[in-house]
Amino acid sequence: MRLPLQHVAHVRSGDKGNTSNVTVIAYEPDLYPYLKDQLTAEAFRAFYAGMVTGPVTRYAVDHLGVLNFVAEGALGGGVSRSLCLDNYGKALSAAVLGFMLDIPDRLANRLRNYHPAPEETPA
Amino acid sequence: MTGLRIGSGSAWWGDRLEPARRNAEEGDLDYLCFETMAEATVSAAQVRKRRDPSFPGFDTYLDDRMQRVLPGCLRRGTKIISNQGWINPEGAAERMVHWLRACGAPKGTVVAAVSGSLITDRVLDIAGPLMEDGRSAASLAGSIVSAEAYMGAEPIVRALREGAAIVVTGRVADPSLFMAPMMHEFGWDPLDHGRLGPGNGIGHVLECGAQVTGGYFCDPGFKDVPEPWDLAFPIAEVESDGSAVITKVAGSGGAVTLRTLKEQLFYEVHDPGRYITPDVVVDFTTTQLEEVGPDRVRVSGISGQPRTPTLKVSIACQEGHIGEDMFFYAGPGALRRAELAKRILEERFRIVGLDAEEVRIDFVGVNAIHGGLSPAGAEPYEVAVRVAARTRTREEALKVGREVDGMAVSGVGMTGKRVPHQDRTREIIGVWSSLVPREAVTPVISYYEA
Repeated sequence: MRLPLQHVAHVRSGDKGNTSNVTVIAYEPDLYPYLKDQLTAEAFRAFYAGMVTGPVTRYAVDHLGVLNFVAEGALGGGVSRSLCLDNYGKALSAAVLGFMLDIPDRLANRLRNYHPAPEETPA
Repeated sequence: MTGLRIGSGSAWWGDRLEPARRNAEEGDLDYLCFETMAEATVSAAQVRKRRDPSFPGFDTYLDDRMQRVLPGCLRRGTKIISNQGWINPEGAAERMVHWLRACGAPKGTVVAAVSGSLITDRVLDIAGPLMEDGRSAASLAGSIVSAEAYMGAEPIVRALREGAAIVVTGRVADPSLFMAPMMHEFGWDPLDHGRLGPGNGIGHVLECGAQVTGGYFCDPGFKDVPEPWDLAFPIAEVESDGSAVITKVAGSGGAVTLRTLKEQLFYEVHDPGRYITPDVVVDFTTTQLEEVGPDRVRVSGISGQPRTPTLKVSIACQEGHIGEDMFFYAGPGALRRAELAKRILEERFRIVGLDAEEVRIDFVGVNAIHGGLSPAGAEPYEVAVRVAARTRTREEALKVGREVDGMAVSGVGMTGKRVPHQDRTREIIGVWSSLVPREAVTPVISYYEA
């Protein structure tokens, strides 16, 4: 099944100069491999195209189910220069909650707060 | 000695005051540590001091914080480590002495001030290239407001060894504030990266206060925490090997869980295998987390590598001004009126010859936060038009607010607007980073007695 990342992982972002780091953390260990396979640095950068202007580096800490994305050029020139209302990019991480992931149906019961309409329920 | 109890008193200048008092009263703490400086705190303080010579140059909430925590700290014998000194640690220490006396501290109670981080006058001589773009630091000459090195825990440890009950500092790396007590109490060698790695890692977990006890975390239905209006600041029970249990005072709201720990562990960390601090290079990739009780998470296995030969410096520069303002639409057709207002502003900026490096006009409620990522979708019932421009001069920045003023009677129908109560401009203090040789920064410690 295909569903938004928010049912699979939770996120937090932080700032350093013009670089934002977005940490994406799997809710459950058995969901993590699908997250790691699909949310690559390239996929992340493409998803944030227009907001992130520099390179994206991904660091994985497998045993904690953590992917840490370091996105350069994500904060409009830096916290003090940015014209964005959210100049620290504290809400930047929230966008990736909408990244679509393919997760095997058998893991439906591992998903967080996932209540699809009856016709969408996997057989 | 085992189970050293270190609590957080603040994670930034504007943080809540009550959780610090609660940690002082109920936390049974050996140390209470305050982090009050953001990246731009020192430069903002320098600008303010230049305009207002009576500004003392330390945490503007110092009185509020000390009044609340000193009674509890004095009763329990809790020592305080704090970076509330900003650009005047000595002045802050004298103020601490005042509050110690007012709270009936034993005569002779020692307060230490740690300064030496400010290197504005010589930064161009000692700094390497700018980390952001590789330019020479000398290219910033003429616009520098202040430059400060991030010092480590060693001067704080020295002050504790001299018997200080309170150590107040200028710029020290945030995790070092929390690790200094561990080094002092456990007798860790400043070059023992095997201990300093985990110790600094625990410092990193504590430095953002409530961000590990349920703050900056809740997401209804996905990540709920109890009573999120009554969060406590964290407490670490640290062992002599640098492992710790992270917890909070009983009866408070929020939560300490594997999830809050994981979010904070990587907060503002880039390469988790190489988190560079003045004292040690921390490796978070070996971290083990274990829930050992309600709101109790054991953190172990963080490792470390030897410290680097350099210290980071932040160089703050005057870079111009930002003018910004906002006005509102609601009801059927709100967005189409907002779109016309945007067009009018763009034309007005052309007519008045606004000289800006960048202009941004967003619709709050539609696309102001995530810009182009925002899906075009349902018509919003309410929209705020938010306009901002970055300019060289304040005069140009003032044009933003003046043109928004014009939208009141010369704009679109049904425009909601605030009465302008200030000029709606602010100065940009840009922050650049570089490295200096460790030996080029000399901490200065001075002592005061209550």
